[in-house]
Amino acid sequence: MCRTDDLRTAVLDRNDRAADALRAELAARGTVLVNLLSSPGSGKTALLEAELALAGRRGVPVAALTADLATENDANRLARSGAPVRQVLTDGLCHLETGMLRGHLDGWLPPDTRLLFVENVGNLVCPASYDLGETLRVVLASVTEGEDKPLKYPAAFGLAHLVVVTKDDIAEAVGFDRETFLANVRQVNPGVEVISTSARRGDGVGLLLDRALAAGRGGPVHRPVMATALTGHDHGHRHGRGRSLAHEEHHPHDHGQAHGHDHAHPAAEAPGAADPDGAPASAATR
Amino acid sequence: MHEMSVALAVVGQVEDAARAAGHAGVDTVTLRVGELAGVVPDSLHFCFDLACEGTIAAGARLVTERVPGRARCGGCAREWPTGLPPRLSCPGCGGAAAGLLSGRELEIAAVRWSDAPARTAAGPVRKAGAPPVQASGPSPDLAAVPPEER
Repeated sequence: MCRTDDLRTAVLDRNDRAADALRAELAARGTVLVNLLSSPGSGKTALLEAELALAGRRGVPVAALTADLATENDANRLARSGAPVRQVLTDGLCHLETGMLRGHLDGWLPPDTRLLFVENVGNLVCPASYDLGETLRVVLASVTEGEDKPLKYPAAFGLAHLVVVTKDDIAEAVGFDRETFLANVRQVNPGVEVISTSARRGDGVGLLLDRALAAGRGGPVHRPVMATALTGHDHGHRHGRGRSLAHEEHHPHDHGQAHGHDHAHPAAEAPGAADPDGAPASAATR
Repeated sequence: MHEMSVALAVVGQVEDAARAAGHAGVDTVTLRVGELAGVVPDSLHFCFDLACEGTIAAGARLVTERVPGRARCGGCAREWPTGLPPRLSCPGCGGAAAGLLSGRELEIAAVRWSDAPARTAAGPVRKAGAPPVQASGPSPDLAAVPPEER
């Protein structure tokens, strides 16, 4: 009486398809999306405020969309930079999905925008699973959060193209063990670049802007191990996000979900973008 | 806690597949959940029941298959279980993993359809196109399901 179908469908396929479509659309108009993930209170907004202001001084057209469960406080802070800013209230939802993001971009995002920063909901768990069409996924951690954060939230740190340490001006006061933090990042994401910043002191401000612009120009983007699915016989290739519906016999582990967003912008596919051995983690400490 | 969003996505996919193939009810949904997928199976089970309510999948059972994380070295081709948190540098030579052989799965592996319409205590299914159903007893098909398929 019962019949069983092998669907082999990526659960988050709908989001992944929407993310791919958005990425392609943004690429066609010359916009790069940067997805910023961190815990609440890690300093995303302060750093972003500084980066937006710097972009304004450099004449780089940028925009920012910030998501929170409630209040427009972040948008008000970011708007001081003069950049176009939009607040998204998720009404309690713990993460952004592409469909939600998309609805907010239509009719708002200025056509000449080169960089669109999306400040995700402060949360290191759920946002990690949702590709938003970004070219660069950036995970931030403040020096007060503990060196083991990358191990506690491996999906967030493991899928990052860039890791940013924030509030570095108080690192010494809070006894931040940088080497341990870097080792933990390396464990879950070998080769990812780690930069240190202090929005208050101005240290490292501009690095995020530089990395995003470089990715937009087609420069190499880090390929996280966790975002790289291997078959039983190859030596590593970056494949598209899980394309679901019975087409994955040879890629049984590629199922969409958050990984794979590294192929993002076509520009990120430039030859040499993939470094199978992973470049050593560097720390631009000041 | 995005398991509710994940559960809703599962039910949405199942509804689409049921409509496409003309199935009236769902008996079992089998999910493959990778160790590194960032999804908690227990939480997913809880959310799945809620997400199914009022849909063609009402009353369906969820089976989750855990897939361990495995990585392979880019340098020496050694393979190892990543564990959680994952160790993604080679325990042999120390090189970075070239990638994952498994562990990031989050996919609907299979759906077992039921010929009986959705078993719902809340009245008719909410999707257009499906015939209204009254609450009824468990489908006779349930007897055929092995007890381990929770």
